[in-house]
Parts: sequence; C-alpha cells; structure tokens
Amino acid sequence: MARFTVHINRNELSTESPPDRPLLDVLREDFGLTGTKYGCGEGQCRACTVLIDDQPRASCLTPISSVEGMSVTTIEGLASGDQLTTLQQAFVDADGAQCGYCTAGMIVEATALLKRNPQPSRAEIVDAMNPHLCRCCGYRNILASVELAARRSEASDA
Amino acid sequence: MPERFREDLCEPDRKELAEGPAYRFELDRREWISSIGAGLLVTAAGKVVFSPGGASAQVRSSHRLHLGEDGSITVLTGKVEFGQGSRTEILQAAAEELRVSPDALRVMLADTAETPNDGSTAGSRTTPSTIPVVRRASASARELLVRTAAEAWNLDASELRVEAGAVVRAGNRFSYADLARTKRLETTIDDNVPRGVPLREVRNWRVLGQTLPKVGAREIVTGAHRYPSDIARPDMLYGTVLRPPAYGAQLESVDLTPGRELGAVAVRDGEFVGCAARTSYEARKALKAISETARWRTTAHPSSEGLGAYLKRHAQSSAGGRRGARRRESGDVDGALAAAKTLEASYEMPYVQHAPLEPRAAVAEWDKDRLTVWTGTQRPFGVREQLAEAFRLSADQARVVVPDTGGGFGGKHTGEVAIEAARLARAAGKPVSLRWTRAEEFAWAYFRPAAAFEARAGISGEKIVAWDFTAYNPGTAAIETPYAVPNVRTQYFPCDSPLREGSYRGIGATGNNFAREVFMDELAGTAGVDPLEFRLANLDDERLAAVLRAAADRFAWSTGKSLGRNRGSGIAAGFEKGSYIAICARVRVEGGSVEVERLVSAFDCGAILNPGNLRAQIEGCVIQGLGAALSEEIRFAGGKLLNGSFAQYPLPRLRGTPPMETVLLNRPDVQPAGAGETPIIAVAPALANAVFDATGQRVRSLPLRARAA
Ligand code: FES
Ligand code: FES
Repeated sequence: MARFTVHINRNELSTESPPDRPLLDVLREDFGLTGTKYGCGEGQCRACTVLIDDQPRASCLTPISSVEGMSVTTIEGLASGDQLTTLQQAFVDADGAQCGYCTAGMIVEATALLKRNPQPSRAEIVDAMNPHLCRCCGYRNILASVELAARRSEASDA
Repeated sequence: MPERFREDLCEPDRKELAEGPAYRFELDRREWISSIGAGLLVTAAGKVVFSPGGASAQVRSSHRLHLGEDGSITVLTGKVEFGQGSRTEILQAAAEELRVSPDALRVMLADTAETPNDGSTAGSRTTPSTIPVVRRASASARELLVRTAAEAWNLDASELRVEAGAVVRAGNRFSYADLARTKRLETTIDDNVPRGVPLREVRNWRVLGQTLPKVGAREIVTGAHRYPSDIARPDMLYGTVLRPPAYGAQLESVDLTPGRELGAVAVRDGEFVGCAARTSYEARKALKAISETARWRTTAHPSSEGLGAYLKRHAQSSAGGRRGARRRESGDVDGALAAAKTLEASYEMPYVQHAPLEPRAAVAEWDKDRLTVWTGTQRPFGVREQLAEAFRLSADQARVVVPDTGGGFGGKHTGEVAIEAARLARAAGKPVSLRWTRAEEFAWAYFRPAAAFEARAGISGEKIVAWDFTAYNPGTAAIETPYAVPNVRTQYFPCDSPLREGSYRGIGATGNNFAREVFMDELAGTAGVDPLEFRLANLDDERLAAVLRAAADRFAWSTGKSLGRNRGSGIAAGFEKGSYIAICARVRVEGGSVEVERLVSAFDCGAILNPGNLRAQIEGCVIQGLGAALSEEIRFAGGKLLNGSFAQYPLPRLRGTPPMETVLLNRPDVQPAGAGETPIIAVAPALANAVFDATGQRVRSLPLRARAA
C-alpha cells in the first residue's frame, strides 16, 4: 500500500492503494467516478478510456502508480458545469448512444482526436475510433456524431 | 430448479433458456419508500385512485400513470431500457394521448416495488403490448380531465379539448395538477371515464411518429447515468465468484482461509464460493488465493468440432409443450416431391455469445430479511422470483430495480448475478456490488443455440410445389416458410445442448431464416430464375413482397449483379414478430475474407413510432448480424472455451461497418410491431447468397467462410 496523488478533472485527489491496482478501479471505487466503464479489462474494448496528460489511454491497463502526479481527465471532467462540450452535444443531437455504455470511452477518445486534428477525415476518425467496441453496433451514429462536432467547431471558428 | 421456473423462462414460440441459476443455498441460517408523491394513480382501463404520496403510497401492479399534485406526470411500466429506445417511445406514447409536451413527463421503468409487471422485455413485445396500454391509460386520464373540467364549469365535455396539459376555456384553466387535487374524485371516478376512450389516429400524431432526442442522453454523455455496475451504496463491498475450471466440473473441496487472511469475506454455500472485500482488487486477490486450494472433479464434455452432427445425434424426439419436438404438415409433401424436380441441402450454425458491453452486474442490499437488488435484467419480475426462491423469501420481501442497462440483446434474462450478489451481501452483512468479468460473461452467460437444418423442396417451373424443412435446436421462431407453397412439412427437434443456451436477438428466426433463404437461392438457381424474381413468384404476402421490391429498387438489383470475379450481390428476406425485412448485399471476396461493400435494408414494422430510433435499431441490428455472419463462433473443447475474449472473438467494429442504406416502409394503417430483432434474420443469408454470386461457392454454414476464386 502506498499513497498516490493524481490530478483528476482538475482536482487533486489521493488514495491509499497497492501500486499495481488499475486506475479504472481507483476512479470508480475510490473516487466515485463511475462514468468510466469496464468492458474487458484487457485493452480490447476501450470503454475505460481516459485522458492521461491529454493522451487517451485504457485505464484498465494503467496501474495507479504510473499516473502519480499526472493529470487525468474522465468523462465527468469534460463539460463545464451545465455546458456540454461541442462533442457531447453532437452525441446527443446525432443520437450517438444506444445503451450508452461505450459512449464515455468514445467521447473521451474523440475529444483527444479533435484536439490534435480538429478537422479529421473520415478515415482518420475510423482509425482513431476503431479500437472502441460498441456492442449495440451504433457505429454509424457514432461516426456521425464525431463528424457533426467537427463541422460545428469549424463553423464556429470561421 | 423447480419446473415452474423453467416454464417462466420461456416465451411462446421461442426457444428460451432452459436452465436458471443452479444454486441450492443452505443459508445457515420496510415498507418501500415510494418515490411517488401525492396525486392520482390511473390504470390502463381508466380506473383512478387517490395516492396520498410518501411512504404510504400504494402503487399497485395495474397502475400506469401517476398525476402529481405538484404537476408531475409519471408513466409506470415494468419494461427495461437496454439501449433499444423503449424509454423514449413510452414517453412519446403517453405525451401523445395526454396532450402534453414530452418534457412534462417522466418514465419510471422496471422496479418490482413500483411498476406494473409487464413481463420480460423480450420478443419485441414492448411496442405491440406496452405502448398500447400506456396510450390507453393516458387517453383515460385525458378524458377524465375533460369531464371533470366540464362538470366544474357546467359545460358539455364535447366542447372542451386538452392542449399542453390543460383544458383552457374563457380564461379558466384546469390542468392535470388541478385534477390530481380533486380528491372527491376518489369515489365517483369509475363511472366518469367511459370504456374504450379513442386513441389519436396515426395521421394526427404529433409526438409519436417523430424522432425525439433520446431520453437520458445528457446523463449518458456526461457520465452521470448510473448503470447497474455503477450503483453505489453506503459501506458497499465488491464481490467475486469462483468459477469451475471447466463445464461440468464439480467442487470437491476448497479452503477459504487464505482469502480470509487477506481480509476478505469468504463464503462457501454448496457449489457457490465467493469473496467480498473493500475493493474489487482485494476481492480478486482473495479469490485467487482461495481458488488455488480448490479441488474439482471434471467430466467429459464434447467439443465444438462436428457440432452439427452432435446435435442431430442428440435430437430429442418427444413432443409436447412449447419446447418439445414438433411436426406440422399440410398437403401431400411426399407425393408432391415424388412428382417434382427436387433439391436438398443442409445447413449449420454455431453458438454465439451476446457479449453486451456491460457484463452482468448487480448490487444487493439486505435490510433484515428484506432484499433489494439493482441489476441489469430483461426480466425484473422473473428475477425477483428467482431471488425469492433462492433465499426463501416471499415476493414482497424481494425487490428488483433495473437501472437503464448497458446492452442485453436477449442475453440478460436470468438472475444469477443478482443471486450471487445477494448471497455475498448476506454473508458480509453489507451491500455488495458484483460485476462479472468479460471472461465470465463469455463462458458462463448462456449462448444463442447452435443449430443444424435439413431442407428439401420440389419445384415445377418457377413455383415451389413441396417444402420439407427440419431444424435441429435453433428454436421455432420463423420456422414456417412465409412463401406460398401448397405442400409443406416442418419439423423441429430440440437437442441436448453441450452449452447453456437461451434467448438472443431474433433467436431461432436467424438460423431458420438463414437456412431457408440460402436454400431459396439454391432453388432459384435450379429453376434458372433470378433470386428476386423467384421469391416474388412464390409469395402472396404483399408486405414481404413490398420490402423485397423496396430493397431491390434502392440497390438497383437488376443491374447490380455479375460484377466480375469475386464480387457479387445477394438478396434475402424474412418475416418475424410482425415485421418484415429484406436485405440486398454486395460483397468482395479477397483471399479468405469477405468484405461487405454495400448493404441496403428495407423494413416494415407497421406504423413508425420514432423514425430516428427505428433507423438506429435496424442499423445496429444489421451490423450486429454481420458479426454472427462473418466472424463469430464460440469454440470449445475439454469443457473450456477456446476463444472467450474480445481478442479471440472478433466482433463488428467501426472499420468493418459497410456503407448502408435503410428504407423505412411506413404503414400508418397497421399496428406497430417491434423492430429491434427482425432485421438480423436477413443479414447472413444475403451475404451467403452474395458470396455465391461472387465466387460460385455455396456457403451453408456460419460464420461464412469463402475463398476468392
Ligand atoms: S475495459 Fe479497458 S479496454 Fe476494455
Ligand atoms: S451504445 Fe451500447 S455499447 Fe455502444
């Protein structure tokens, strides 16, 4: 057991934990941040994606000790107050969720994508999102949601 | 498990789960706080009672609607939301008949202490059964509002109308909240509402028939929604359960001490062994330590090699009940076959797993001898019964609440995870959260049945004159041919299944339709007729013909074939649970893989309740069908799964999603049927037929395997 401190959604949070415990468990069980989901625990579904120092990572494969002192953003940390991000709003408007269990991972991944590449081609979106499983197979609306967000931010930048 | 459970786990005409959770516990041995406030409770038939609100509120199973004195309106149903859009469509149905804006309403789903028992959320029954009931209750409430206002204002009810949740007349306003405060109604109400209040006609729909944003979408995109695996209770522990190393293995001995030494609660009760600890990490460690002490007795178990032959060898011929063998015959099949040009073929399909992205999960909490379980099940009342049975409780001592859940697809009918969580919570004296691992979900959830088929037919010109179809184990959904054939024999044999099997999206219809629609293509070839023309020539079901034509038109079927080496087109159609699907597919076979270049679906499920949701359901269902058609196959040997992980069991992903078009045929004149299942049944045969067009290879088993010519 050791004490680990992580900047999560702009708050400094710390917990006592074995060093090899997955970040996913710490978020959900110690900090009550249940928006990040378990789907497989082995890097195959990406439902557990969070941003670690702005990079999308599978939190199920990330030991808590490896993020000591780093910044972690989860789905709960994207909106500011009641204000959804453009991407979150696009998922609402383009019906990007069926059961919604994959949605947090999808949105976190696409947030990182749109930040490094605000106007991705369809192929670039597919490359970035392909590791994410949606078992409801709502892929077409997921793709449409990301494209809608890109279009809207282009329009608001213009 | 008791026989009545077995029956309860079935649905008419469907192959449903035969086995429930197998625990025999030894068990060494509040009133629900209602969230319904003061107001009126309305049944579907228009009966009304006053609800005083708070803990003493008596919500009975027949209550459909609660009109709060505070202006709140709540629709109550025992249905669940697993991503299929039921919550939104139920809301639309109520808003339509109440004449209120959809945001004025909330929908309370699946809480055995609060909502009516609407049976399983399965078999695409929500649309045809629950939606009409909700509409009737809402229309009754509206009628009551009008009549009460008319009486108060001394006017004729026919002069009054409800707009935006109130009757307004000459500066006076009478709303549902006002109605809820009219307590004297209690006694007189039953006579106030006439039977058979009219529902709004489809052509006048304002809320139904529209694409409404998904209810709860905001909670989903912000991570705020709590799925069953997210429920947290004070002092809650996390559980894990020991699984046998192989199917059929029996526990001989186990030592719980190593787990307890690690600080976990450890319990053994019969075959059940589990741990609960402050974190899931500690629970896993404790279980691992315990599992190393476990001794098992294993038994022989068949393998997935040669599964079709295995099923035929283990066919049960005893007839009877919904689950037994059956045979139907009309006309003179043998005579007609003898006189016709005949063809025969056999087909197979493997077990597949639902793999909902959220594995089975439950949080169980005891308050003395009362049990509450939050869990993702499609059968809340059935699971309550299973809990009551397992813990020897009366039905009102067990409460099952189903938060909107992360996918089911027919895979979450049973209550094993609820029972396991409750057993752990009982041992721990604290609430316990249990979420199956992905490996558990693959191995220990039930499977879609594997199946084998034999088809024989006789043709004369372009007409089928005899049809002889035998199905081994898929279930009986869509087993009868929808084509017009004078002499038909259909036989069904359930088989001893090596794996635990149960419901799945579309269940038996998928296999029965795969075999039939590929065979239809083979017959078309024998007749020398285009596959579309051949189907139309043998159909008198206008709606099935219409989806075939609609898909073919959009696809440009007549010019879309003969695309050259290794590229080809296929068509298939089907009918099940009141809805009709036709799919045209174009594929390219490269090396040993099949790439889908284009898919066009045409679908008719009667009057459309919510086109956006319908489209999403069809597309998701079709893409899910691509997985079972092209890549999914559970393999097992020696009692173990050989491919029970996402890495080894490839599921559809974004990259393989083909360009798709969906044609919706709206039938305002026809009662709406469910849509979440039927589209899947035409996917695999359309692809198999396209592979034949591309390569000349007839593929008769799933997943499709083809080689470029
Ligand atoms: S839960 Fe982390 S990748 Fe699936
Ligand atoms: S919406 Fe259900 S898993 Fe993606």
